[in-house]
Amino acid sequence: MTAIDPTIASAKSERGWYKRNEIAVTPWLFLAPAILFFAFYVLWPIYQSIAISFYDWDGLGEARYVGMANYVELMDDGAFEVSLWNNLKWLLLYLLAIPGGLFIALFLNQTVTGIRLYKSLFFFPFVISQVVVGLVFSWFYLPNEGLLNGVLGLVGLGPINVLGDPTMATYGIIAAGLWPQTAYCMILYLTGLNAVDPEQIEAGRLDGAKGWKMLWYIIIPQLKPATFIAFVVTIIGALRSFDLISIMTNGGPFGQTRVLSFYMFEKALSEYGFRMGYGAAIAVVLFLIMLIFIAYFLWSMWAEEKGR
Amino acid sequence: MFPTPIEKTSRSWQLTYQSLLPIALIMWLLPLIAVAAFSVKPAVDFTQGNYWGLPSSFEMFNNYGQVFFNSDMPRYMLNSVLITVPTVIGAVALSCLAGFALGIYRFKSNIWIFFMFVAGNFVPFQILMVPVRDLTLDMGLYNTKTGLVLFHIAFQTGFCTLFMRNFIRALPIELVEAARVEGIAEWKIFWYVVIPLMKPAIAALSVLIFTFIWNDYFWAVVLTQGPESQPVTAGITSFNAQFRAAYHLMSAGSIVAALPPVLMFFLMQKHFIAGLTLGAVK
Repeated sequence: MTAIDPTIASAKSERGWYKRNEIAVTPWLFLAPAILFFAFYVLWPIYQSIAISFYDWDGLGEARYVGMANYVELMDDGAFEVSLWNNLKWLLLYLLAIPGGLFIALFLNQTVTGIRLYKSLFFFPFVISQVVVGLVFSWFYLPNEGLLNGVLGLVGLGPINVLGDPTMATYGIIAAGLWPQTAYCMILYLTGLNAVDPEQIEAGRLDGAKGWKMLWYIIIPQLKPATFIAFVVTIIGALRSFDLISIMTNGGPFGQTRVLSFYMFEKALSEYGFRMGYGAAIAVVLFLIMLIFIAYFLWSMWAEEKGR
Repeated sequence: MFPTPIEKTSRSWQLTYQSLLPIALIMWLLPLIAVAAFSVKPAVDFTQGNYWGLPSSFEMFNNYGQVFFNSDMPRYMLNSVLITVPTVIGAVALSCLAGFALGIYRFKSNIWIFFMFVAGNFVPFQILMVPVRDLTLDMGLYNTKTGLVLFHIAFQTGFCTLFMRNFIRALPIELVEAARVEGIAEWKIFWYVVIPLMKPAIAALSVLIFTFIWNDYFWAVVLTQGPESQPVTAGITSFNAQFRAAYHLMSAGSIVAALPPVLMFFLMQKHFIAGLTLGAVK
């Protein structure tokens, strides 16, 4: 940044100095509030969290430096392992929202009467808070009162207790999460499909491409910007999953639906005790996983900036 | 247009498509329809196991009346408004300033500061949790709406700045240059030239941030407790504890809690979608 020499600034009149350096100084004045807020509430806490992860601290008393002990403990922690695996399941299965969203977008990309309303209603789940989505789905899954078992009963199956079964529960929650996420991807693709070049489609038709071939070779490449954003928001959504788990199972049954973000919260701030250092160590692991993706996103954005 | 427009296909497929649309929609919204159906039933239907039949009496006014007049729900709703509205104003204001600086001026660290905002926006909340909670406690703002608002403004500034900067980059820079030639001060260029052009971006961001903050649950749980400052997302869990197993009331409560962002979406649809696609997919 431009060096601000106080002697020069005070020698001349304030306004005169500002006038001469207006172009160099103004951006910093405009940036200052945002940077201050962001540094105070986001950047500094990231550093602090990393620092805390080397301490044993209950949040009130004296913090005791323990070096890598928290991380060593993580390696033998069965619950941590379960959370990590569940995070992986979330990441992989959440990506289904992308083809799912594309499929619905293709289905709805028509101009029949009332289609606008249909599009809005299909998008509906994304606007509702995850807390309500969680409640809605936990009632949907209820063993007796739930609609799912009502429907399964009609075809002679069930009843199943999705959220009470340790092997099924995580998948049940992911399915609930996919509902709004698919809606989000759908809207991204609907806007993307609007921008597809009609001439290329015509050219493709003349060359005899249709159906799947047309989709794969002509449409999907043109949807690349939409796919990129869908990928970014889906990955972030998968790694941030907390609300649904907290509402639907609270980590149970037998802790089998925990993910890192939830386990961290549980360790640091719940009835299981206030282990801030250990919680921070879990958060750091989650952060490192995210960092891989953040680096990739930034790299892609940087490549595009250079291309402009 | 892809897929082939329905008008150009066979009559039978046209009819199939027209009838498939409502069926698909009903299946897609089935869990939500179930909750809406629950919310107009009387309590007796649940004790007698009449979950999916017609309601034995239509209790919509009773159930929703209970939510509005006989619970902490209005209180939570008010809290949500008092948290959401200042956050929207704060985050949009900060990001207009920062987006202007990053979008208009060419200076060396520009791209790095921009990337700092973008990266910060992707960070998992959990790594901020312990220090931010501590910070809020130290400032005496734990369990206050102010504490929640200040943090939300700071965190949302990352996303908003990304959005504003990209929007300003797409504006014709000649307008700013012409104003400079006229000798107009930089802040006046911001206020009289750029801000009027940013109105669509401001509208899009406002609806989007409104929805994000209204729907926030994690920070509400970390930074507040109790009806005096908790927003509705956190309040609904206490509401449900109060009416345990009273599905008709819990359903009505959830619908009330979900309603404001839904209304926002239907009223401001165009802006909302422009915001979601980051303006990148036009």
